[in-house]
Amino acid sequence: MLVLALDTATPASTAALVEVTADGLFGVTERRTVDPRAHGEKLAPEIAAVLADAGVRPRDLTAIVAGLGPGPFTGLRVGLATAASMGQALDIPTYGVCSLDALGRAAGPGRVLIATDARRREVYFGTYADGARVFGPEVAKPAEVAGIVAAASGNDVATASGSDAAAVTGNDQEAGGISLAGFVDRAAGEGALKYGDVFGLPVEEHLLYPPGAALVAIAAERIRAGAPSEILTPLYLRRPDAVEPTARKPVLT
Amino acid sequence: MPDEPLVLGIETSCDETGIGIVRGHTLLADALASSVEQHARFGGVVPEVASRAHLEALVPTMKRALDDAGVTLADVDAIAVTSGPGLAGALLVGVAAAKGWALAAEKPIYGVNHLAAHVAVDTLEHGPLPEPAVAMLVSGGHSSLLLVDDLTAGVTPLGATIDDAAGEAFDKVARLLGLGFPGGPIIDRSAREGDPRSIAFPRGLTAPKDQAAHRFDFSFSGLKTAVARWVEARERAGEPVPVADVSASFQEAVCDVLTAKAIDACRTNGVDTLVIGGGVAANSRLRVLAEERAAKHGIRVRVPRPALCTDNGAMVAALGSHLVAAGVAPSRLDLPADSAMGLTAVSVPG
Ligand SMILES: [Zn+2]
Repeated sequence: MLVLALDTATPASTAALVEVTADGLFGVTERRTVDPRAHGEKLAPEIAAVLADAGVRPRDLTAIVAGLGPGPFTGLRVGLATAASMGQALDIPTYGVCSLDALGRAAGPGRVLIATDARRREVYFGTYADGARVFGPEVAKPAEVAGIVAAASGNDVATASGSDAAAVTGNDQEAGGISLAGFVDRAAGEGALKYGDVFGLPVEEHLLYPPGAALVAIAAERIRAGAPSEILTPLYLRRPDAVEPTARKPVLT
Repeated sequence: MPDEPLVLGIETSCDETGIGIVRGHTLLADALASSVEQHARFGGVVPEVASRAHLEALVPTMKRALDDAGVTLADVDAIAVTSGPGLAGALLVGVAAAKGWALAAEKPIYGVNHLAAHVAVDTLEHGPLPEPAVAMLVSGGHSSLLLVDDLTAGVTPLGATIDDAAGEAFDKVARLLGLGFPGGPIIDRSAREGDPRSIAFPRGLTAPKDQAAHRFDFSFSGLKTAVARWVEARERAGEPVPVADVSASFQEAVCDVLTAKAIDACRTNGVDTLVIGGGVAANSRLRVLAEERAAKHGIRVRVPRPALCTDNGAMVAALGSHLVAAGVAPSRLDLPADSAMGLTAVSVPG
C-alpha cells in the first residue's frame, strides 16, 4: 500500500511516499524544503516530485497521512487543505497524526522533549518515552516548559535544585527551581534547537522536522485496517486573536 | 480543449468559501459556505476565523458543487482558484486545496485575479462583455475602477480607494449607529425610511484639486469620521439620532461619488458599458443612481444578480473558462497566494 505523508507544521514542507506492507514499512522517497513562509508554494511541487521520483501516479495512492500540528496556523493549513482535497479527489482515506508525535517516534528509545517553534517566543511541546507521548501537546514560553511538565507529572522531585541554584546560575530553565533534566534526557525538534540554552538539554540536531515515515508509522494500524477516513482538524492549541469591539471612541475633542 | 470547457472555480479570498462550476458561459453549480455569522460580533471579518472556516468548509462545499452540477472531478477540464488579492491566510487555504484537487485529478490549474473574476461573472448572466468596458468593483474588501480591454489578457486599473473600501464604510457606519453587521443590507434598509438630503456629508476626493492625482480614486474614511462626528454631536446635545436620515444621507454620499466617478471613467475612455460588481453592487440606491446617470450619457449598466455580485466560486470558474477558451497557459503548481496581486496579468503566468 503506497501512502503519501505530508507535514507543514514546522518551517519544513515535507512530502514523502511510504510503502506499508502487512508487517513492515519502507520509505520510498521524501522531499523537504525548509522555508517558514513558503509552504503554499513548495508543498504541491514536492508532492508531484515524489510521485515522479517513484514513477507512480496519484491514483496509485492508498491513503494519505497528514501532520495535524500543532504548528503556525497558516503553514499548517496548507498541508491539511492539500491532504484533504487530494483524499477527496482520489476517494482514499486521510488520517491525521500529531506532528510532535512523529518527532517523538523518530527520536526512538529514551525520554525526550520534543519542541517546535510556536513563534511569539513560545514553543509547542510534548514529552515522550520510547517514542510514545507522555505529556502534551501544549504551547508555552520555553522557560515555563519545565514547570508545566513537572506539574503534569504530579511530581516535584525536580525542585531539588532549589531557588538558590536558580539565583546563582541565573539559568532560565531553573526559574521556579524546576529543571527539565528530572523528566527527560534530551530534546529534539527545531524549537529545542532554538531554545536549547533555556531547556538545558542535549539537542538531537539531526531531528528537527517531522519525518514522513514516522507519520505513516503512527498511522500504520489504521492504514492496514482500512479505518474510516478522518476529517483533518488542526491542533490549534490557541484561539484566534480577535477582540470584540468595545464602546465607540469619541471623535469630537 | 473543448469550445465549452468545464471549469471549476474556487474562491476563499475573504469570508466566503465558494466553489462554482461552469460549462462555457453556463453556470452549473455555485456552492457557498459563509463564515459571516462568526465575524458579526467582531464588527468585521477576522482573518484567522475566516481561514479556519475555509479549511472546514472546502471539502463539503466541493462535494455539494459536484453534486449540484452532476459532474465528477474527472470530467473537469481545468481548475481555477483565486490567487489574490485578498486575506493572505484565507487565500492560502483555497490555493492549497485547489492544488490538491488539481494534482490528484491531474488537471491544469489557473491562479486568477479576484477582481477580474468579479467582472467575468457578469458574462454568465448577460453574455459576452463588449470590450473595452469599465468595471466598478465595490465590496467590503475593495473599491476599484478598471478599464477592461481584454478580460483574458490584462485589465487596467483606473483608480481605487486610498483608505477604506466602500463596504467597510457601510460596516463602520452601521456599527456606530448600532445596527449590526454586515452593514450594507442594513443601511440600505434603514435608508429607505430616511431623507438622503437631510444631512450634507462630504464627498471624498471630488474637489477640483483632487482631479489631477485622484480623479478615479475613492476615499471613504473622511465620510465615516464625518458621520461619527455628526452622530456624536447629536448625542452630546442630548438629542435623538435620526438613524434613517443618517443612513440615507451616508448612503447617498457613497453612491453619489461611486456613480459620478464610474460615469466619468466611461466617458473619459469612450466606453459605453459599465459593469458593477462586489457586494455593494447589491445596494438598491447604487443601482438606481447608476442607471439614471448612465442613461443620460447612453451608457449601458450591467449588474449581475446579487448572489453573483458577492464573492463566490462561479466568478472564478467564469474567468477560468474565458482563460481556457482563449488558450491561455495554465499556472504552475508553485503558484502563490498573493494578497496584493496586481492586474498586469489576469492569471498567474505558467
Ligand atoms: Zn470580492
